[in-house]
Amino acid sequence: MSTDIPGGKGPAVKLADADFANDLREHDMRSAVRDYRDRIRSGELGALPAILGLTGLIVLFTALKPETFLSEGNIANLFTQALPITILAMGLVFVLLLGEIDLSAGVASGVCAAVMAKLMVDSGQPWYVAVLSAVAVGIVLGTAIGWLVSVLRIPSFVVTLAFFLGIQGITLWMIGEGGTVPVRDDVIVALANKNMPVPLGWTLAALCAAGYAATQLLRWKRQRDRRLHSRPLQLVVAQSAVVAVVLLAGTYLLSIDRAPSPLITLAGIPWGVPLVGVLLIGCTFVLSRTAYGRHIYAVGGNAEAARRAGINVTRIRISVFMIGSAFAAVSGIVAASRLNSVATDAGGGNTLLYAVGAAVIGGTSLFGGRGKARDAVLGGLVIAIIENGLGLLGTKAYLSYLITGVVLLLAASIDALARRRRSSTGR
Amino acid sequence: MNLPGGGGGPAARAAAGPPVRPHALEAGRNGAATPGYRHPGAADTLGGHDRPSRDGGVARWEPLRMSVTPVLDLRGIDKSFGSVKVLHDVAFSAYPGEVTALVGDNGAGKTTLVKCIGGIHPFDSGEYRFDGAPARVGSPRDAAALGIEIVHQDLALCENLDIVQNLFLGRERRRGLMLDEAGMEELARGTLAGLSVRTIGSVRQRISTLSGGQRQTVAIARAVLWDSKVVILDEPAAALGVVQTQQVLELVRRLADKGLAVVLISHNMNDVFAVSDRIAALYLGRMAAQVRTSDVTHRQIVELITAGVSGDLGLRR
Repeated sequence: MSTDIPGGKGPAVKLADADFANDLREHDMRSAVRDYRDRIRSGELGALPAILGLTGLIVLFTALKPETFLSEGNIANLFTQALPITILAMGLVFVLLLGEIDLSAGVASGVCAAVMAKLMVDSGQPWYVAVLSAVAVGIVLGTAIGWLVSVLRIPSFVVTLAFFLGIQGITLWMIGEGGTVPVRDDVIVALANKNMPVPLGWTLAALCAAGYAATQLLRWKRQRDRRLHSRPLQLVVAQSAVVAVVLLAGTYLLSIDRAPSPLITLAGIPWGVPLVGVLLIGCTFVLSRTAYGRHIYAVGGNAEAARRAGINVTRIRISVFMIGSAFAAVSGIVAASRLNSVATDAGGGNTLLYAVGAAVIGGTSLFGGRGKARDAVLGGLVIAIIENGLGLLGTKAYLSYLITGVVLLLAASIDALARRRRSSTGR
Repeated sequence: MNLPGGGGGPAARAAAGPPVRPHALEAGRNGAATPGYRHPGAADTLGGHDRPSRDGGVARWEPLRMSVTPVLDLRGIDKSFGSVKVLHDVAFSAYPGEVTALVGDNGAGKTTLVKCIGGIHPFDSGEYRFDGAPARVGSPRDAAALGIEIVHQDLALCENLDIVQNLFLGRERRRGLMLDEAGMEELARGTLAGLSVRTIGSVRQRISTLSGGQRQTVAIARAVLWDSKVVILDEPAAALGVVQTQQVLELVRRLADKGLAVVLISHNMNDVFAVSDRIAALYLGRMAAQVRTSDVTHRQIVELITAGVSGDLGLRR
C-alpha cells in the first residue's frame, strides 16, 4: 500500500518561517525591534498605551501645575494614592483574565476594612487577627460569587451587581448610618502614612533591581544553552537596565526630605509600596510560572478547550473570584490606613471603576485571556495621576467624574480596537 | 504521483507506488483472496476477526491473520438518543499502523460512533475491546487512559497561548512548583520534528498567528504527544486549502507509519483514497462495510455511503 500523496516532501516553504527557524536563529536587536513593531501593528499593544498615557499625563500636569505636581510631597502622595487602586486592580486582573467581571470588588474592600476596624476597635483584637479576618471575609465573599458564577452559571455581571448592593447594606449595618470607625492601630496606619528608613529603601530597591536582572539573565543563558527560543541579549540587558533605573529613580524621589518644615525630616518609601511590590512579584510568578496560572490563561482563552484538556474549569473560576475578593480586602485595609478610618461608603463610589480602569489601561483585556499583574501597577499609576492632577487643578467634582469616565472608555476602546486588529491580522 | 481521481480503483492503487509496510502486502493478498466476501449479518469484509460471526447463527470462521490484531475493536454497538436509534449493531475496528477512514453521509452516525469510542457518550449495548481485552470506557478520561485521543473538528486550542503551552495544556511538566518551560519546549520541538512538521517557524508562536493547517498540525501533535495508540481525526482537512490539506494528509500518513491506529473521518473521497488503508462506511447508523481501500473503487464507496450497498458489498436488503 502506498501513500498516494504527491511528492515525498511538502511544498517548498520559505526557510525563514519554517523548521523552527525563528527559534534557532540568533536574534539581534534589529530583529527584536522589527518583531516588536510587527506586534504593535497587529494589535499586541502590551504596556505601550499605559506608558504613553503615563508620560503624557506627567507632561500635561507638570505643564499645568509646575510648582506642585512634581513636588516631592506630591510624588509621595501619588504613590499612596495609587496603592489601594493598584491592589484592587491586581486582584481584578485574575477575574478579567477569565473574561469575567467583579463589580462588587470595591464595596467588598469596604466591608472587609469595616470588619478589620470593628474587630480592632470594638473587640480590641490585635492588628494581625483583624487583618486575617478581613482577608478571610474577602475569601468567603469571593467563594460565594465564584460558586454562583461557575456552578449555577449566572453571569458574573449579575451576581456581582447583586453583591455590590448587598455588601453595601452589610457595611452600613456594621458601621451604622452616617458613622465612621476610626483606625488607630500603629501597624495599619503605618502602611500608607509611614515611610521606610531611607537606607532600607535604597537596599531594597538595589536588591530588586539586581534580582530582576539576575533572573532575566539566568533565564536567557539557560534558554541559549539549551538552544531554546530566546530574546537577544541586548534586549534583556536593556530591559533590566530600564527596570533598575525606574526603581532607583523612584527611590531617589521618595528619599528626598519632603517635610514642609525644615525642623523635621520626612523621607523614604511609604510602607505600602513594598507591599505592592511583594504582591506584584507573587502574582507575576503565579501567572507566568505555575500550572495554575497557565490554566487561568487557558480558561480565559478557550474554556471549552481547557475543559477538554482536563482542566477543572469550575475550580479555576471559583478561585479567581476568591483571589479578586482577597485582594479587595487588602486594598480596603490600605485605603482605611490612608484615611485613618472606615466610613459607610468605603469602597463605594468610583473605587471599582478606578480599579477596572487601571487594569484595562495597563493592558488587561476585558475579553479574557490577556493580561499581566504589572498592568495593575501601570494602570493604577495612570489613574492615580489623573485623580491627583485633577485635584491639584481644583477641578469641579462633576468634571472629575466625566474625565475619569472618558479615560475608562478610552482604555476599553483601545482594548476592543486592538482585539479587532489582532483578529484581522490573524493574531 | 498524484491524488487518485474518481476512478482510482484497486488496480490503479496497487500500481501507484511502492509498498511501504510488509503487512500491507500480506493483507492485500488476503483481501484479494476473499473478494466481495459478505458478512452474513451487517457487514465486515475484513478478515481480521478470528471469531464466529456473532449474529449469523452459522459458525463461520474467517481467515486467521496473525500479523495484525485490531487495537480498537467494537462489535454490535447500539446507541439510541431517546427513541431515535443512531447506531445499530455497528462493528468497527482500527489497526495499528493503518489509517482507517470512517465515511458516511451527514447523520449516518460517524460523530456518534466517535463519541462512543471516546467515552463522551456511553453506548447502550455492545462489546468494546482495546488491545484484545474488554475495556470499559465511561468517560473521556478513560479513553485517554487507554491511549485514545480525539482531535475534534474545532481543534480545541487556546489561541492566546503558544504552541508549547497548547501541546502541554492540562498536562504541564513541572519542576517543583514551577513549570518546566525548557523541558516542554524541547519536547514540543522534538515531537513536531518527529512528525516531520516543517512549516512552523517558532514553537513559541501564539496559536492565533498560525494558519488553519498549522493549527491542525498542532492539534494532531498534541494528540500523539502522550503515547497514544489510537488517534481519531474528525474532518481534519475540512476547512483547509489544497496545500495545507496535503500537508495534513501527509502527517496523517506518518502517524500511521509510526505504528499508531489512525481513524480519519472525512467527506472527501480523494483524501480518503489518498491516505487510508481501510474504509468503514456507515449508512443510516449501520456499518455498511469495512473494507480494504485497495479492494474497492471510489464509486463503490460512494454507493455504500449513499445507498448502503454496492454490488456484493454492503448491507443485505
